Amino acid sequence: MADNSDFLLQFQEFDSAESHLGGNRDATTISIEDEAAGSHKPQKQRRSAPVTSFEEDNDPLANDDKTELLSGQKKSAPFWTFEYYQTFFDVETHQVRERILGSLLPWPGKNFVRLYIRSNPDLYGPFWICATLVFVIAICGNISDFLVYLGNPQYKYVPEFRKVTIAATAIYSYALLVPLALWGLLVWRNAKVMNMVSYSFLEIVCVYGYSLAVYIPAVVLWIIPYETVRWLSIVVALCLSGSVLVLTFWPAVRDDRPRVAIAIMTAIVALHILLAVGCKAYFFSTLEVEHTAVDAVVGNVTKSSPTTNALN
Amino acid sequence: MAEVAESSKPMFAGLSDVSISGDIPVEGEINVPVGTPSQDNEYSTLDEPVKDTILRDLKAVGKKFVHVMYPKKSSALLRDWDLWGPLLLCVTLALMLQGGSVDSKDDGGPQFAEVFVIIWFGSVIITLNSKLLGGTISFFQSLCVLGYCIMPLTVAMVVCRLVLLGGSGTVSFIVRLIVVTASFSWSTFASTAFLADSQPPNRKALVVYPVFLFYFVIGWMILTFSPSA
Repeated sequence: MADNSDFLLQFQEFDSAESHLGGNRDATTISIEDEAAGSHKPQKQRRSAPVTSFEEDNDPLANDDKTELLSGQKKSAPFWTFEYYQTFFDVETHQVRERILGSLLPWPGKNFVRLYIRSNPDLYGPFWICATLVFVIAICGNISDFLVYLGNPQYKYVPEFRKVTIAATAIYSYALLVPLALWGLLVWRNAKVMNMVSYSFLEIVCVYGYSLAVYIPAVVLWIIPYETVRWLSIVVALCLSGSVLVLTFWPAVRDDRPRVAIAIMTAIVALHILLAVGCKAYFFSTLEVEHTAVDAVVGNVTKSSPTTNALN
Repeated sequence: MAEVAESSKPMFAGLSDVSISGDIPVEGEINVPVGTPSQDNEYSTLDEPVKDTILRDLKAVGKKFVHVMYPKKSSALLRDWDLWGPLLLCVTLALMLQGGSVDSKDDGGPQFAEVFVIIWFGSVIITLNSKLLGGTISFFQSLCVLGYCIMPLTVAMVVCRLVLLGGSGTVSFIVRLIVVTASFSWSTFASTAFLADSQPPNRKALVVYPVFLFYFVIGWMILTFSPSA
C-alpha cells in the first residue's frame, strides 16, 4: 500500500479481503489463478470489489461453483453471485456489432437466434439499445417540438424531462414484459404440442432488444416535421424489425394448430406496431397540431376584438 | 523425511548426554517495546488541527482536478479515489441547471433531484456494466473517475450561463453548441483515458459507448438549459 499520509483515508480493499479470509482464501486463489490462465474471468476484480467480497464471504459454495464454472460449463454459478450475471455479458465488440447488423438486415433464410445468438445470449445489447432508444426518443421529440413551433413567438422552449421517464418506462417494459409473456405462452404451447424449436427466456429478450435497434435511425428521421417522411420511416422500420421477429418465431410456432400460430404471430406484430405508433404520437407533435393551436389563438383574438369594438 | 530423522537421532542422542546444571544464570534484558509502531505515528491524524485535515483533502481533490484537465495515464486518480470532487461537481451542476423555467406548472427543465439521480445512477450503471464485462477496476474507483470527468461539462455550464446573460439568439446558441460539444468530447476522452486500460482489449468499445451516452445526455441537459425570461 502507499505509505503516504492518506493511508487511513483510503479504502482498504486488498487488505481487508485477504486478511479476513485467511489461508483458505489463498489456497483457492492459487488454484483458480492456475486454471483461469486463459479466460478473462474475474478473480482479480472479485478481490478488488467490495461488492463481491461480501457475497464470497457469505457463500461457502462459491468456490465449488467457481471451479465448475472454469471447467467449461456455463451458467452454473448460483444466482446470488456476481459471476452468474457476468455470464450474460460475455460478448465482444464484434459480436455485438454483428448482432445489430443482423437485426437491421433480416434475411428470409436466416434465423436471428440460430445464427447469432444460439451460443450466447447477452443482456448488454438489449439493455443499452433500449437506453439509447429512450434518450434518442426524448431528445428527438424535443428537437421536433422546437422545429415545429419555430416561428411561433408565444412558444417558450422547455426541455421536457418528464418525457424521459415516460419513454424509459414504456420501452423497458416492452422489452421485458412482452418477452416474458411470449416465453410463457411458448412454454405452455410446448407442453401441449411438441415443437421442433424452443427458445429460452434470455434468447427471446435478446431478439426483442436487438430488433429495437432499427428504431434508432428511424426516430432520428422523425425530427423532420413532414408527415410523409415520418410515416415512411415508420413503415420501413416496422418491416425490418417485424420481419426479424416473425422470422424468429415462426419456426417455433408453425407446428402448432394454424389458428393458434397465426394468432401468436399477429399479436407479436400488433404489439410492435403499437409501440412504434404510440411513441411517434406521444413524443412527436405534428405540424397540423401546431396550426390548429395557432388558429385557435388567432380566432380568440379576432373574436375578442369585435366585442371591444362593440363596447366602444 | 525419514533420512533426516535417522541422521538427527545420533545428534540428539549426543545432546542428551550433556547434563545441564540448573545453576547457570541467564542474563539479559527484557524490553517490551513500548509505543506503537511507526505506522501509527505517521498516520495518526486525530491530533492535528482541523485546518490541516481539510487542506489535505482539498489538495487531493485539487490534484485530481488537474489530472482531469490534462489527462495522462497516471494512476494517481485511480489509486487514491475519493468522492468529494464528484459530489461538489454534481451539486454545482444541478444547482446551475436549476435556475431555468420558474413555471412549476409546465414541464420544466430538470429538477435538482433529477440531475442528481441521473448523474449518480448513471455512474453506478456504467460501473456495473464495466464490471460485468470483466473490467478490473473497482467500484468506487470507477465512480470517482466518472464523477471527476464531469468537470469539463461543469465549466461549459458556467460558460453557457455567461453567454446566456448576453442574450439567447442564434449566435449564442451556436457558441453554446461549440462549447458544449468540445467539453463533452473532452470529458469522454478523459474518462476513457483512465478507464479503458482496465478492460480486456476486445471489449473496450462496449465499455466506452455507455460513457459516451452518459456525457452526451449531460451535455444535452446543459445545451437545452434556457433561463426564465
